[in-house]
Amino acid sequence: MRRSVVPAIGLLVAALAVAALPALAPLYYVTLMLPFMAYGVILLGLNLLFGYTGLVSFGHALFIGIGAYTGAVLTTHYGIRHMELILPIAALAAAVVAAPVGALCARYVKIYFGMLTLAFGMVFYTFLLKFYRLTGGDEGMRMLRPSLFGHDWAGLSKTAYLVGPYYYFSLAVLALATVVMWRIVRSPFGLCLRTIRDNPLKAESLGVSVPWPRWYAFMISAIYAAVGGALLAPPTGNVDPTLAYWTHSGNIVFMVLLGGFSSFFGPLLGAFVFIFLQDTVMSVFPYWRLVFGAMLAGIVLFAPGGLMGLVTRRPHGEAAGA
Amino acid sequence: MILEARDVRKLYGPFVALDGVSLAIREGEFVSIIGPNGAGKSTLINVLTGTLAPSAGTVRVRDRDIAGSGPGALARLGMARSFQLVQIFPELTVLETLQAAVISRLGRGARLFASLRGDRHVQAEAQDVAALFGLADKAHVRARALPQGDKKLLDVASAFALKPEIILLDEPTSGVSTADKHGIMEILVGAAKRMGLRAIIQVEHDMDIVFGYSDRVIALHQGRVLADATPTAIRDDPRVVDAVIGRKSPAARGSR
Repeated sequence: MRRSVVPAIGLLVAALAVAALPALAPLYYVTLMLPFMAYGVILLGLNLLFGYTGLVSFGHALFIGIGAYTGAVLTTHYGIRHMELILPIAALAAAVVAAPVGALCARYVKIYFGMLTLAFGMVFYTFLLKFYRLTGGDEGMRMLRPSLFGHDWAGLSKTAYLVGPYYYFSLAVLALATVVMWRIVRSPFGLCLRTIRDNPLKAESLGVSVPWPRWYAFMISAIYAAVGGALLAPPTGNVDPTLAYWTHSGNIVFMVLLGGFSSFFGPLLGAFVFIFLQDTVMSVFPYWRLVFGAMLAGIVLFAPGGLMGLVTRRPHGEAAGA
Repeated sequence: MILEARDVRKLYGPFVALDGVSLAIREGEFVSIIGPNGAGKSTLINVLTGTLAPSAGTVRVRDRDIAGSGPGALARLGMARSFQLVQIFPELTVLETLQAAVISRLGRGARLFASLRGDRHVQAEAQDVAALFGLADKAHVRARALPQGDKKLLDVASAFALKPEIILLDEPTSGVSTADKHGIMEILVGAAKRMGLRAIIQVEHDMDIVFGYSDRVIALHQGRVLADATPTAIRDDPRVVDAVIGRKSPAARGSR
């Protein structure tokens, strides 16, 4: 009993702190929370595939790109400014692409799955880069300020808009995404994903279909990536092809590893630490990738459970939430 | 007839693994399949469980041809199996493993937002099977942390949680210490009775286990059925003794 109460209190405190942050912290740090919340949504989805299904995608930036570009196209070309509309359309666009891509990729595992997702990601990146008239090529497109909660917030300066309504909108989306994912991983479907991850042969002998749950997980994670991608765009006001580049896919895998893929909240912690650490390291040391590379090696070698694994180390063999 | 194989042949290129095997399993039977290495036992189990399609011949479960239909379809037809090399879900707890089987049987695997914890039916069934196999006190232990004997039991228990009519056990006591073997078999047979299984088929090397628990023994040799009889008759069949069981050396006989 005590074991489930302590994390619940920790979570509540964290949520309250995040909600109170704009009133307490310097503006700069508040703006850093925006990419954290967007990546939080992306990583919750990525980890359904990575941690719960055992499939490592190296092409998930594809869906981040779809989400971000959907927002840019809708606001600039179609005059659709409601974020409440943009997010579902971004999700739909990702689902339309993920359905065939996922059907193909879910037939493979391990490095073959990773390479296939990477290939699809590169195809999309090239499309963004070369179809200049549609996508703006390497310059990308503008993402106009979306309206939130039914207001256009035209009276607010950009910063006031971002640390005010946009901050709370992002927080609401992240909270909703977290609750939905929490339910998914604790559902019968979530258990089936874990059986497939651990031992597909055994899962099949118990009558669990193997390809379908993999495909569903791929679809859900693509939708999460697109929603997060659409959230990434407004703070910068611009989308460009690097959002869909493979190094971006690599970054989000790194965030999951950093936080710990075997825990539900690990990826959220990973996103938080990555963003704040990147900001700190970049400001004192130009070769921040060097530092992050060394960190990645260190995690893989010494802390495969990521930061969350260090915090919640359990007695051998005992299960979480038991 | 609950399970029937007729003239089953299985070729791997030029190699004939099964050369016209026919067998029939009746309701209530515990049948052991024995044979030396390479006799075709594992191939036969794989054909009977639909994992492999036979090159020729038919396999019928309750008068339905199941040849090569795949393990998933077979589970839905009331047939379950365990494996020679123990197959578990390393990161899942004992209870979660059993829940997965129950969910699969009830067709609830596609429920995306339902609470697993809140599903009392699934919880209760998984608990019952855990208790039946003596795993209740380890319900929350991850499978990878279990001792080898318990891993074997969990593999079998998860097959039982499918509430099958027929179960095929591929060497249920292999890799387990001699001391644990009978314990595992007692639990297994007891569980089968309590759960109302209609037939058990096992492949087994340990003749103590074979003769101690079987109603009937089928001896395979070079891909053919060498003998199909009661344990007593099998023990006295010189062909089976020569090909499968082996004769005790005079010295060993003298020491008894």
